[in-house]
Amino acid sequence: MHNLRADERISIELREMYRQHGYLPYKVNQFEEYDLYMRNKRFLTSEHVLAFSDMDGKLMALKPDVTLSIVKNTKDSADTTKVSYAERVYRVPRGGKCFKEIMQTGLEVIGRVDAYTMGEVLTLAARSLAAISERCVLDVADLGIVSGILAEENLSDDLSAQILERISDKNLHGLKALCAQWKLSEKTAERLCSLVTVYGPFETTLPVYEQMDLPPVCNQALCDLRSVYTMARASGVRNINLDFSVVNDMNYYNGLIFSGFVDGVPESVLSGGRYDALLRRMGRSSQAMGFAVYLDQLERLLDRRAKTDVDVLITYTEETPMQAILAAVQEAQAEGSSVRVQRVGETTVRSRRTLAL
Amino acid sequence: MINVALPKGRLGDKAYAILEQSGYPCPAMKEDNRKLTFENEKIGVRYFLVKPSDVAVYVERGAADIGIAGKDILLEYRPDVYELLDLKMGRCRMCVAGPKGFRDDPAQTLRVATKFPNIARAYYSGLSREIELIHLNGSIELAPLVGLSDVIVDIVETGKTLYENGLAPLAEIVDISARLIANKASFKFKGDALRTLCERMERTMNL
Repeated sequence: MHNLRADERISIELREMYRQHGYLPYKVNQFEEYDLYMRNKRFLTSEHVLAFSDMDGKLMALKPDVTLSIVKNTKDSADTTKVSYAERVYRVPRGGKCFKEIMQTGLEVIGRVDAYTMGEVLTLAARSLAAISERCVLDVADLGIVSGILAEENLSDDLSAQILERISDKNLHGLKALCAQWKLSEKTAERLCSLVTVYGPFETTLPVYEQMDLPPVCNQALCDLRSVYTMARASGVRNINLDFSVVNDMNYYNGLIFSGFVDGVPESVLSGGRYDALLRRMGRSSQAMGFAVYLDQLERLLDRRAKTDVDVLITYTEETPMQAILAAVQEAQAEGSSVRVQRVGETTVRSRRTLAL
Repeated sequence: MINVALPKGRLGDKAYAILEQSGYPCPAMKEDNRKLTFENEKIGVRYFLVKPSDVAVYVERGAADIGIAGKDILLEYRPDVYELLDLKMGRCRMCVAGPKGFRDDPAQTLRVATKFPNIARAYYSGLSREIELIHLNGSIELAPLVGLSDVIVDIVETGKTLYENGLAPLAEIVDISARLIANKASFKFKGDALRTLCERMERTMNL
């Protein structure tokens, strides 16, 4: 496997990990009706979609996302679907100016998402990160706590979105100013500010939230956080933080939400959570949870670019007998080295060792 | 090592002075040369001087762990970074400005010249006002004078340039000041060092 690029190797490892946990491989169509993405624009990380007209004139798109296709193709039923995927998606990366083909791996559970399932998904997310790098962190939060605090006030969707944005940016000064501008109660302002200031290792941070004066509707979210963490710990997972800066659009997400980082990559490489709200928007009653790993980001981990092209460079002249070249190649390959053979004097490749015959 | 992106110019000088007072000096910064990076290995800090509008790019992409950027840049480019402190310096206002006594005729599309198309678009879309956006890179005040646009959306500090050209602020969009921003991943893996820096700056500036 050492010939594979890091993203290819990790993709294989992740798929095997998901398969071992009973997440069945799922193949999504390359093209999807454009309309699906237009109806759920804000669920996508970028609004831009590569569209084209199909032979029958129907407007189609190269998929910018996998979750929407999987959700569309599963029916509401008493059974729970657990699938994993490794797909190419086409979208404009954040801050980018053009479309990019991105390799994405992930898993989805659609049906009934109980405490065990939430713990399983979170544990697999944490393990996926660990497969990428030992230096990793999974930030976890629960939107139930945010929506519980906001429900105490009568806020417009726009104001709620602005509050969420401030929490996500760890922008305490902006959040305080917003609370003052819209005259939110002192208690609500204090609770919202805590979501920015109180973060850190799960073990020490969750008790702080459990002791906090939160509205009773937040209790379910606190219980969920406690139960998933207990399960993750029991599975040997570490490096989980409780951090509300991962909060996302409440029109699509609800409950548990998380985002993963590895040292050396400047943005999150994994994101996921509960998205029952997306299914409700599609007129469905199932629960759902999943996450995606953005493998394109991992190229940055490869920055230790290979200093050489091959291990051994064997050069030969007109006079070198073919058997001698062959013997030298076989000997080097038997040691596990990669070998390049070329005439002496040709533009050379970079090698760790050169053998002139 | 904490990598800090500072904006070239007055704001960067002020920001460095605060960082210096907060315990992050780098004597090389005061040398008169053409270096682009300045390092104090002992304290573990490296400064880069970059174009103000590029600070957020350096931070978002992790080349710098933290940076000082104007709120105008953050609103315009919406980089995926943490906004940790309002440094309350480099203060100004993002305004709509136009000829003194300008009457906005709602029956016509408003022509708006600006360096900040996203801020302008968001502001007018909030007012449900149809506009024609004209993206310029400098000398924005010239646009309404020569009939290129009806109004401009730009930063107003003292308003002197506007007044001298027969223009006036017509509406204020948002207050602008410098912000301390941090890369999200750096904040996970260098969290303690970045939080300490943030707290020290807060104390120095008495925020």
